[in-house]
Amino acid sequence: MLQIHCPYCQEYREEEEFSYAGQAHIERPSEPESLTDQEWAQYLFFRKNPRGLHHEMWYHIHGCKQFFNVCRHTVTYQIISSYKIGDRPELEQSKAVDKESINAN
Amino acid sequence: MQINRLNHGGNIDRNQVLSFQFNGMTYQGYQGDTLASALLANGVNVVGRSFKYSRPRGIMTADAQEPNAIFQIGTNASTIPNPRATQTPLYDNLVASSTNGWPNVEFDMMAGIGKLGGAMMPPGFYYKTFMYPQSMWMNYEKLIRKGAGLGRSPMTADPDRYDTMHHHCDVMIIGGGVAGIMAALNAAQTGANVIICDEQEQLGGQTLSSTETVNDITATQWLSQQIEQLRKQENILVLSRSTTFGYYDHNLIGINQRCTDHLGEHVPHSTRQRVHKVRAKQIVLATGAHERPLVYGNNDIPGCMLANAISTYIQCYAVIPGNKLVLMTTNDSAYQAAIDWHDAGRQVMAIIDTRPKTDSAIIQQAQNKGINIIFSHAVIEVQGSKRVNSVNIAPINNTGDNVIGPAINIVCDTVASSGGWSPVLHLSSHLGQKPLWRDDIIGFVPGQNDLLNCGAVSGKYALLSVIEDGIATGGKAAELSGFERLTDLPIPDIIPQITAAPMALFHVPHIQTTSRAPKQFVDYQNDVTAAAIELANREGFESIEHVKRYTALGFGTDQGKLGNINGIAITAKSLAKTIPETGTTIFRPMYTPTTMGALAGAHVKQLFAPARFTAMHQWHLQHGAEFEDVGQWKRPWYFPKNGESMQQALLRECLATRNSVGILDASTLGKIDIQGKDAREFLNRIYTNAWSKLGIGKCRYGVMCKEDGMIFDDGVTSCINDHHFIMTTTTGGAAGVLQWLELWHQTEWPELEVYFTSVTDHWTTMTISGPNSRKVLQKVCQDDVSKQALPFMSWIDATVAGVKARIFRISFTGELSFEINVPANLGLSVWQHIMDAGAEFEITPYGTETMHILRAEKGFIIVGQDTDGSVTPQDLDMNWVISPNKSFSCIGKRSWDRIDTKRNDRKQMVGLKAKDTNQVLPEGAQIVLDPQQKLPMTMVGHVTSSYFSACLGYSFALALVKSGTSRYGETVYLPQANGQIYEAEICSPIFYDPKGERQHVE
Repeated sequence: MLQIHCPYCQEYREEEEFSYAGQAHIERPSEPESLTDQEWAQYLFFRKNPRGLHHEMWYHIHGCKQFFNVCRHTVTYQIISSYKIGDRPELEQSKAVDKESINAN
Repeated sequence: MQINRLNHGGNIDRNQVLSFQFNGMTYQGYQGDTLASALLANGVNVVGRSFKYSRPRGIMTADAQEPNAIFQIGTNASTIPNPRATQTPLYDNLVASSTNGWPNVEFDMMAGIGKLGGAMMPPGFYYKTFMYPQSMWMNYEKLIRKGAGLGRSPMTADPDRYDTMHHHCDVMIIGGGVAGIMAALNAAQTGANVIICDEQEQLGGQTLSSTETVNDITATQWLSQQIEQLRKQENILVLSRSTTFGYYDHNLIGINQRCTDHLGEHVPHSTRQRVHKVRAKQIVLATGAHERPLVYGNNDIPGCMLANAISTYIQCYAVIPGNKLVLMTTNDSAYQAAIDWHDAGRQVMAIIDTRPKTDSAIIQQAQNKGINIIFSHAVIEVQGSKRVNSVNIAPINNTGDNVIGPAINIVCDTVASSGGWSPVLHLSSHLGQKPLWRDDIIGFVPGQNDLLNCGAVSGKYALLSVIEDGIATGGKAAELSGFERLTDLPIPDIIPQITAAPMALFHVPHIQTTSRAPKQFVDYQNDVTAAAIELANREGFESIEHVKRYTALGFGTDQGKLGNINGIAITAKSLAKTIPETGTTIFRPMYTPTTMGALAGAHVKQLFAPARFTAMHQWHLQHGAEFEDVGQWKRPWYFPKNGESMQQALLRECLATRNSVGILDASTLGKIDIQGKDAREFLNRIYTNAWSKLGIGKCRYGVMCKEDGMIFDDGVTSCINDHHFIMTTTTGGAAGVLQWLELWHQTEWPELEVYFTSVTDHWTTMTISGPNSRKVLQKVCQDDVSKQALPFMSWIDATVAGVKARIFRISFTGELSFEINVPANLGLSVWQHIMDAGAEFEITPYGTETMHILRAEKGFIIVGQDTDGSVTPQDLDMNWVISPNKSFSCIGKRSWDRIDTKRNDRKQMVGLKAKDTNQVLPEGAQIVLDPQQKLPMTMVGHVTSSYFSACLGYSFALALVKSGTSRYGETVYLPQANGQIYEAEICSPIFYDPKGERQHVE
């Protein structure tokens, strides 16, 4: 069970208070009609499934009801950072970091 | 008679005699005994039968490793399957029985089969034998399981209470042996909050049976002082009888504390077991080490035990489990068992040391006591049936691979063995970290992770080094959790002993090859032998994970604690690999079996899941409602009168509503209050239709789609004023819709000024529906509710039965309807007023089932019943709910232009009329066009809603059918599992009042 820092409440809380809300930083295209079916499908259906750092959204459903971003390692479950919607992650996904952590396991 | 009880010593109270029952026989033990020590005291040899061969088995260990003495404890509702007798404190009138052996463990029918079939039951036996015919497997399985005996779960409700506690501490110490105790004391003196837990009844671990001297007093006296200190310290919480069953992410551990299991079977008004969930800044693993047995011929005959267990039984329980001992060891530590045995006044026949002649303090000590020590030898096999009666020993070479001379026989009744120690590292690998092999200690230690390890679990076995390590690690843990490390506690005086190096030996060689030698057991509970592992290796199972699954090594309720390392060593040897190359299997929670009751805690019965009730719930109960669960809500399903059947009640409710007036408790509908200057724009973006022009006081039906264009909720939204709307959602979808609105607002459109508040519980909603509904309303409401003042799809503020209310003129039945919303606290009173007012019109309460029928007659969908996440508004022929010219491309719109959503052979909503007008078509039934087609038939759709209509006089259904809208008039078929085929005609989904005239009555 994870312990997650809510950047709005500024506290660590139990995973039970949160619900997972999918991959972070997916922007809705501003003019959907101008996209081809393939481009629209990319936005709709295609998601990352990295072995390593993953940027994802969580929803503080039994708390402040705010969505926020979390950077989490999918192998170790270590949470590197959690930050508000609209902020950029401190640590962008890096191949080097991924490799290192896989070797460690 | 406690024939094996010593007259002095042990941590037992000889004044408190406890009587207990085992397999129907009554015995006596003392307060302070475990069930295992009491059985041994009474000379009970056979405590169970083995899984595959039904061989008699006796108590092997004194700890969590025990593979044989795993019992059914207690009776009836409070019985627990599979606790280890070695960890079960004795209480008065305890009742226990073996979990296997039929008709009983002394005379076991299966044993005959086991002897006969022994050679014919290789690993994979069950897979190989019971494969064919496949259809018979279910029958085989039942018999196999009965024979296997893995305990019985209680068949009636658990009478005991369980609960859960959450802790946050600075330092969590797992294991209350001397390492853990010293770590706790040293960490606590910095001011850190410390929790220390231990699975046994008493803290102290191995030191409880130590005979060493510390600070000029006995080790046990010194230990008592430390434990007293521990209990005095205010910032240390001590949990005994508390097993840490799992280590989870972000430093969370789960502990199961057995609060009353030592007092009796059922202790009223108390918590039987409590799970502690501890989130710690720093966790220290001080779980100690388990002794490893050696693998030799017939090593399972009762009387074969771990060396260390013998010391524990003598020192802690004053029980000496036999008369004549032969000890086989690869190391110094096991000598203590022979010395204790000798000092207790019984005969040590010989110490068989597998090492070439060597010397150390403890070997000297044994020699000085006149004990016969034979080096370079091993016990190669044991004779006996229900108890050891002799052993064969033979000389072995220096590497322990071969027997190099003839065997001689020694008469004895007990064989102790020790192959060294295995650190108890299970918890350290619960998050996936692999253990590391250390040649110097001949064992695995925890791999690198966030835990600190101290004492035997990190491969330190000498008392002095364990104490030093405990103190140092406690200090470090406090430091890591943010405390300033003070001067460490002083190290006590202990005279270091000169020791001799241990020998790496796991599997004792025999004169014959492994496959021809007497059975050499590795995993006792699952009857996995050395020969079986070698055979599995020969058959190509080389990965230790495969060997485990093929042979069932470590699959029992003991989780193979005793045999895993020996199994790995045997595999390594037979594949000519090293042990680290072979690797270990992964340990997973639970460390020892944990009861379901403890895990459930207080979350049972009405606390299992929350239930939501409307303000009128009591009224519904008084009027005989049957209830339906909708999400968490309890909704009236129908109101049977005077012994009516469900069908009779529904016919009555439907006709009353269509002909006069019905009333529905609609309070459970989700209600979301939406405010802010951009509320209108937000609705434009989230709904498929347009909201720019919805006037104040007007209502509009809307459909919400996901971005893939599929419907996910619907409801009516009303304009309170330009910056204020009230949205209704489906009962089950309310929470999801609120989350959906928040998601888009927070992540995509934060610039819109709009706020969402769930007000579902604030309002009580009652819908009166039917041609007489206005007449009823006018009796309790002075406001103008005429057609002109309150037209269809509008709302007004009004006073109903003296209560401020919002009345919405919207209809889900197709009849003239008023949805009356009042503050929830006043709901019941208003409801009663309306019931009184409606009496002259025979106002009829109806439930969800009648609501479903009435709306289906009108072809109104229920999201989640007529849709399933793969249905677009176009599929429902609901183009009218889409506004194509909105400036913002609303959620889902782009997807309606995808090739897949534009197909004209998509499943579309239609009505179905069964040919047999009384036949209600089963919901979910598949629809085919050609009933003669060979299986598998081409399915073109399915029934989504189906009822008998009292108003129409025939049964009808809604269905999704490929190209359905262009198939009106065609006949389709619904084949059933029993071979029957229903026939139906496709028609419009609107069955009743297709022009929608009824809701406009004056």
